[in-house]
Amino acid sequence: MSYTRITALMLRYIYLLRSSWPRLLEIIFWPTMQLITWGFISQHLISESEWYKKAPALLLTAVLLWDILFRSHINFALSFLEELWSRNLANLFVSPLRPHEMLVSLTAISLLRTMVGVIPACFIALPLFKLNIFGLGTPLLLFYLNLVFFGWCTGICVVAILIRFGVAAESLAWLSIFLIAPLMAVYYPVDILPTALQKLAYSIPPAHVFEGMRTLYLEGILETGYLWRAAGLNILYFVFAFGVFHIAYRSARRHGLLLNTSE
Amino acid sequence: MSEDPSVVQVRGLTKRFNGLTAVDNIDFDLRPHCTTALLGSNGAGKTTTISMLLGLLLPTNGTIRIFGQNLISDRFKILPRINISSPYIDLPQRLTVRQNLTVYSRLYKVPSSKERIAKLSKDLELTEFIDRQVRKLSSGQKTRVSLAKALINEPELLLLDEPTASLDPETAMWVRDYLRKYQERRNTAILLASHNMLEVERMCQHVYIMNKGRIVEQGSPTELISRHEKQDLEEVFLKIARN
Repeated sequence: MSYTRITALMLRYIYLLRSSWPRLLEIIFWPTMQLITWGFISQHLISESEWYKKAPALLLTAVLLWDILFRSHINFALSFLEELWSRNLANLFVSPLRPHEMLVSLTAISLLRTMVGVIPACFIALPLFKLNIFGLGTPLLLFYLNLVFFGWCTGICVVAILIRFGVAAESLAWLSIFLIAPLMAVYYPVDILPTALQKLAYSIPPAHVFEGMRTLYLEGILETGYLWRAAGLNILYFVFAFGVFHIAYRSARRHGLLLNTSE
Repeated sequence: MSEDPSVVQVRGLTKRFNGLTAVDNIDFDLRPHCTTALLGSNGAGKTTTISMLLGLLLPTNGTIRIFGQNLISDRFKILPRINISSPYIDLPQRLTVRQNLTVYSRLYKVPSSKERIAKLSKDLELTEFIDRQVRKLSSGQKTRVSLAKALINEPELLLLDEPTASLDPETAMWVRDYLRKYQERRNTAILLASHNMLEVERMCQHVYIMNKGRIVEQGSPTELISRHEKQDLEEVFLKIARN
């Protein structure tokens, strides 16, 4: 593992971000827009019912946490897509950069881009909707880490698919996370889902995170069981994603796909 | 035991894709301080062979030894010592020339990278547009930048795919001269894939001609021209391709 090579690739993505204001704007735009939209929905709900007095903070926190997960996933995949779009992938793979070093670079850049996107939105929530998400303290950090980690796992899987199928599979980068979103139970409790789907929901870490978040807001209890289960599942998903990546990488080398990743 | 002087030693190299044999049991060597051409019509197996030499493609059978090491098991010991320039691989277009060279100098762990970039910029006449985005360069300028990236680690084995494609004759000649001087200085082995037969005659000491995945002819350009009783290498190439 080489720090120099990892930071070299990170530098490449930072140069890219610096050179393109639409890319930078895009990072900040969506989390902020989501927050504003849902903030107004929450404010409307306050006037509807006494119960909903607890809902605004819950919904806004769910929006922000969902966005952290989504950003973590998509920023991972997007950085890799930049290599496909610029036809630079072969240059990287004939350099001494090892595949796992590339994954570490993508992870670090995903974290950086996610923080650049989400932290301003968290600060905007304070004056605009009187939501101090940082007031959650350590539990927030634990929710955050679990979701970011899961976003990396799905990001690694998308990169594996892109390596194997090229730019043709680009839309999967966007779609994949939304495909499992209903099981994550971001805005509703898991027991709303049909029984069979509840089991599936509890097999993915985000459902545990969002259940834990709701318990914290509605009952004022931090149920650490949710966090531990999410962390354990994340480790399993990481091992799975890493395995899928290596299978895809080896398959791409067997079929000559690293030189030709276009449609 | 005497050391094998070959930089690259390929034996029994074969690649099959779903029953189609792209490269069929080929043997060849590349020697230091020697420019070797790999010629062949489209689909002859050149790109497949080069991909295997770079470790981008796994062979079905056969061995590739580079600097005496097995490419499959020691790939990451070999890669820092080789590089490639190809019109089919781009550099990130939104990064400036300097940013691209900085990234690649770090990937190859080039010592004193700033000095190395400055020297390459001066040698390859990139200084004028070093801080310009690659996408804003002419194709001739892009070719020089691609060459700078390929030389950033001072490779002992350099793979060049159509190195003077899209260059005007004067610049092409300048690039060839530069590569010759670089080779003399570094004792580099160069593998050249080109359809420009005049360029091959000028640059290469040895030629391999591929057809349908096999090496069907080899020798120096002069040997091949005389063996086939032709005027130049282009006529030799056409004769082999048509047969």
